[in-house]
Amino acid sequence: MKVKKSVLNGLTKRIIPCLDVDKGRVVKGTKFINLRDAGNPVEVAKRYDDEGADEIVFLDITASHEKRKTIYEVVEKTAENVFMPLTVGGGIRTLEDIRNMLKAGADKVSINTSAVENLSFVSKAAEKYGTQCIVVAIDAKRSVSKYKLQNTNYCPKWEVYTYGGRKSTGIDAVEWAKKVEKYGAGEILLTSMDKDGTKDGYDIELTSAISESVNIPVIASGGAGEMKHFYDAFEKGSADAALAASLFHFKELKIKDLKKYLLRKGVNIRC
Amino acid sequence: MITIVDYGMGNLRSVQKSFEFIGKKAVITSDRGKILKSSLVVVPGVGSFNAAMKNLRKLKLIDTILKVVNGGKYFLGLCLGLQILFEYSEEGNSKGLGILKGKVKKFKFKDNLKIPHMGWNNVNLNVPARISGAGRGSPTSDLRKIFKGIECEAYFYFVHSYYVEPEDNNIIASTTDYGIRFASSVFNKNVFATQFHPEKSQRNGLRLLKNYVDYTGN
Repeated sequence: MKVKKSVLNGLTKRIIPCLDVDKGRVVKGTKFINLRDAGNPVEVAKRYDDEGADEIVFLDITASHEKRKTIYEVVEKTAENVFMPLTVGGGIRTLEDIRNMLKAGADKVSINTSAVENLSFVSKAAEKYGTQCIVVAIDAKRSVSKYKLQNTNYCPKWEVYTYGGRKSTGIDAVEWAKKVEKYGAGEILLTSMDKDGTKDGYDIELTSAISESVNIPVIASGGAGEMKHFYDAFEKGSADAALAASLFHFKELKIKDLKKYLLRKGVNIRC
Repeated sequence: MITIVDYGMGNLRSVQKSFEFIGKKAVITSDRGKILKSSLVVVPGVGSFNAAMKNLRKLKLIDTILKVVNGGKYFLGLCLGLQILFEYSEEGNSKGLGILKGKVKKFKFKDNLKIPHMGWNNVNLNVPARISGAGRGSPTSDLRKIFKGIECEAYFYFVHSYYVEPEDNNIIASTTDYGIRFASSVFNKNVFATQFHPEKSQRNGLRLLKNYVDYTGN
């Protein structure tokens, strides 16, 4: 087994399980109905830690405002037991929200809707807490254009959506990625809405379009269904990290097996 | 007593929690008296170099840290806590503590490497450079104690856009490759400091912290 490493770069590609948390429990399926309970987040995080996950993302999808604070307890308990990078997203709107999240033990926060509605929030957050802890999440959906039918040199476009994919913004995803980088984002969490939940692979075109137009790390998300999809995200999509949720929760795919596979395929992976 | 210096730069709780996990009590404080009385001073930190120096100045902690280090007390620097030990940083064109000779430089890549350097990378113990000084009580044998039980090329978690360039190569404890080969930790007598985050590096990180705390007799 020979591991391919480019000259003077030992940095590994990251595998990131994402836990959708609703009122303090892990659930499956954020943007869809039929939420399925997938356990206690602290326990799930511990299991991923044992299995060799490189980071963990919590996405708080709790709708009711008063139950929001359960996520702080979840983060705090997780950070007491799991010594790896922890990103928390969902409902982060103010500098105070970020401060509370970091204080609870998160290392990074992920901002989505509030970045679109107020770009200066990104720069203020980066200035105050450092770019390394500001992740901008982009939910992107392919725009179907008439152009596609007429032109063989069709160049795909994606549009940014907010409010968990419910609201279109008219913003071009590639332009948006460049902009948030300029405003101080340290990383981009890129979800393909077309692929999310389909299990037929990441949107490779989208991933590479974004990853190649910015100079900050890009996490591919949405569509992972089998091991090869991760390989494609890294090798064809130039992703720096790949995220998946339900695939790991219900043990359809073990992180350990996935990492062994990627290593065998020559991807630089931490095993 | 182990103290973690609170100067408003980043998440000190996670550092404290990692000490708790290895069975050591560490107090988070910005009290000069407490820091001077402690037997191991830990300076973590994420964020910008100039903000870190500004905060240290505001809290009148610069003299305190100089006293700690020059007085021979054990010092552990993490990430920004490593960088501020040097004379100068390109980040904000800022002056550092000057405890170690050298400067902090920004990664500059012509190819497609991303900045920040974020994620897991190999840490290679820099022992060959010290081989002539090997033996009991030598820096090399001390370094081996600190890295005991951690395999070569072990993975640690990094997140930074700047790296240190010490004037004296002999203080480089480990190197890591990202576009260039840079010093990922330094070791000089009572000072040990890492660019990576042991508190976020799972088993390897906790082991390294425990080794260093044991080494300092705490």
